[in-house]
Amino acid sequence: MKLLRQLIYPLLAVAAAFLVGSVFILLIGDDPIETYSLLIGSALSWPDGIGYTLFYATPLIFTGLAVAVAFRCGLLNIGAEGQLIAAAFATAWAGITFAGLPAWLLIPLCCLAAMGTGAVWAGVPGVLRARFGAHEVITTIMMNFIAVALASYFTQYHYKKEGDAILQTVPIGESGHIARFGKFLPGFPERIPLNLAFVLALVACVLVWIFLWRTRWGYEIRATGANPAAAAYGGISTARQIVLAMAVSGSLAGMVGIGEVLGYRYRYYDGFSAGYGFTGIAVALLGRNHPVGVLLAALLFGAFLRGALFVDIFTEHVSKDLVLVLQGVIILFVASEALFRGRAARLERGKV
Amino acid sequence: MIELRNITKRFGNVLANDRVSLKVEPGTIHAIVGENGAGKSTAMRIAYGFYSADDGEILVDGVAQRIASPQDAISRHIGMVHQHFMLVETMTVAENIVLGAEPGSVAALDLKGAEAQVRRLSEELGLAVDPRAPISDLSVGQQQRVELLKALYRQARLLILDEPTAVLTPQEVAELFAILRRMREQGKTVVIITHKLSEVLELSDDVTVMRDGKVVGYLKTKETNAAEIARLMVGRDVLLRVEKKPAQPAATVLEVQDLKVTAADRTRRLDGVSFTVRAGEIVGIAGVEGNGQTELIEAIAGLVPAARTSGSIRLAGDDISGPSGLDARQRKEKGIAHIPEDRHRRGLLLDFDLAENSILGVQRSRPMAVGPGGVWLDEAAIHQRAERIVHDFDVRPPNIALPARSLSGGNQQKLIIGRELDLHPRLLLVAQPTRGVDIGAIEFIHRQILALRDSGCAVLLVSAELEEVTALADRLLVLHQGKIVREVDPARTTTAEIGLLMTGGAPA
Repeated sequence: MKLLRQLIYPLLAVAAAFLVGSVFILLIGDDPIETYSLLIGSALSWPDGIGYTLFYATPLIFTGLAVAVAFRCGLLNIGAEGQLIAAAFATAWAGITFAGLPAWLLIPLCCLAAMGTGAVWAGVPGVLRARFGAHEVITTIMMNFIAVALASYFTQYHYKKEGDAILQTVPIGESGHIARFGKFLPGFPERIPLNLAFVLALVACVLVWIFLWRTRWGYEIRATGANPAAAAYGGISTARQIVLAMAVSGSLAGMVGIGEVLGYRYRYYDGFSAGYGFTGIAVALLGRNHPVGVLLAALLFGAFLRGALFVDIFTEHVSKDLVLVLQGVIILFVASEALFRGRAARLERGKV
Repeated sequence: MIELRNITKRFGNVLANDRVSLKVEPGTIHAIVGENGAGKSTAMRIAYGFYSADDGEILVDGVAQRIASPQDAISRHIGMVHQHFMLVETMTVAENIVLGAEPGSVAALDLKGAEAQVRRLSEELGLAVDPRAPISDLSVGQQQRVELLKALYRQARLLILDEPTAVLTPQEVAELFAILRRMREQGKTVVIITHKLSEVLELSDDVTVMRDGKVVGYLKTKETNAAEIARLMVGRDVLLRVEKKPAQPAATVLEVQDLKVTAADRTRRLDGVSFTVRAGEIVGIAGVEGNGQTELIEAIAGLVPAARTSGSIRLAGDDISGPSGLDARQRKEKGIAHIPEDRHRRGLLLDFDLAENSILGVQRSRPMAVGPGGVWLDEAAIHQRAERIVHDFDVRPPNIALPARSLSGGNQQKLIIGRELDLHPRLLLVAQPTRGVDIGAIEFIHRQILALRDSGCAVLLVSAELEEVTALADRLLVLHQGKIVREVDPARTTTAEIGLLMTGGAPA
């Protein structure tokens, strides 16, 4: 019952988005039912549809979790994008620099580089917020620009193969590769880039849930987010919680680098992120800042990304931007639900 | 002036108003009293068009009227001052007052004329408010006057005030009452919603008592007394006097020496305060709010940064203050429990459930926290503790999975008191223990504090209710502008004398 109530608004928002989307499709001159069955069908076909949907969902799970953890501490981490770019570059750097190491050493090292760099990239705004009160929305955005510029610079001038026309680093050591699903899943083609990072994302969901609701750290982070004055009263150092939450958030965002570098391209490819960090905000919002919700929302958005290509190719007029319309409308509805709820809550409170 | 007949209003499953009928005579001050949740505000919000009634009718000057919105109410000369003011902070008094009813033409706002009119209105009532002052520069009491003027500017003949004294200092209350009496002399009608019996008796002509959404009494103030009103409000006899045994003070628990506290804006809030509290006694702090009580309690609890305090705070002989002293959590672990003055701001995590709220402050202690470094929270131990508190302190409804927000003020307070007393403290810091709490719960809370004293705990009590501190405290310190002006024996000092000390005067 409680679960149903949690799910009903997000589901309504998704349904409403499809409804609004169909108006657009009709206006453009295509058949909504045909378009949607194309969208959903291509996202759920076996093995390519499912494979790519899960592959696209993987970074969104990480960034959705990242935004959710920060949000539970009352922080808006707009900088997951910069954190994952810095982290992906660091992952590639570790994979290139220590290419000779065996897999059991190199893979953990690369993962550590990814998470550590993400944690630092988010931790700096955390410290600035905790120590000087600088608002994290501003500082994380600034850190985004720094990450993008630095990663491009180092790729271009230090880690690119001589004469390579593409802005990408040299490949990482082969022992740093993590397995694609095709390696161990019979009948699953290895050309589909779905890799073990997806499993890591599922594990991350569980760990985040445990962290937030079963540890003292999570309690103190959530208390800080819910009411900083009461948290301080409870002997919680809110400054420390802010830094901790940002670091955890950043390391989750940084894990995008693991899937991208160790599981997909095996190098740092400049501009690889299709706005995962920003879509993560939408994922967290739709998923109500809860790991289960984040997982479901990320799967939905992953399916959108996969289906969009087919909509683009196989319909007369509709382009792949349809899914941006759907995403936008979902966020609008989810956000206005918060508005609606606030109103209902105010009425409730005012009943005395 | 106004009459409600059989007004019924439901919010979901809750019957907030059940056939409420009440009549306000013109030219009187009419008090509507009842505990939190009795339906007083709902009834008046219906009269003001804020809610629409499911059933029943409203008569204004004997004629049935449809009041579907506040605009309807205003056009029928009904005004309302809400508990939380609805003013634009950055605009001036005059601008706020005319907002929505601006004089002049569409193109040119006649602000000069508005200021003159506001000045005239405020002089008529003896309200000293500068029409040109921005709202953000005004005290809470002055802002309330602006709200009054706003209603009068819109030619209200009936004014409804929702808990107007909750935010005021004693002087401001006295001034407000003088203003309301003057309005009555001018032929206006006043309805005041309150749950403070002393205010009812002092100010009103008539009283309507509500309980559980129903009107349970209509009385002439002259012909009733506090005990009768309290009995109607609660539905049973209530002990309004606190009964206590003489204190048996033992060893000194708290020793404060020359404590100074500076606020973040660098103003001195506490200016060299020294006193002791012994085990088994209640030391009360009397004072007008804003004279350093908050800072005193928070400094002892460890909630003021060490850099902004000086002097020493000793707990059983050990200095716990200063940069090398203990932080809030360590002080709690040393046995300092703290019931904060503002339970919504400090005391509770409103969106967390009761179980999670019951461990705030001890989230790092056994048996709630287990494993290396106390990292894991033990659900079973937390639930056990929460259940114990809810049971022992009669928190209702006794469901630890509910969010703290859903509890009434009294039950929220009982949860906090239970949580703090469950620490078996050596020293209890308690501020405004019964603010916004029902009469029935007040009695319970007072008994708990006294029982703690009798078991050998040292208690430092701050309350804005002079009656409360004088009744509970064994010794009373009067605080004025950050200094202790005198220690008095509450049993042998009249409230008038203490009141005079509180405002900086010395009794002869």
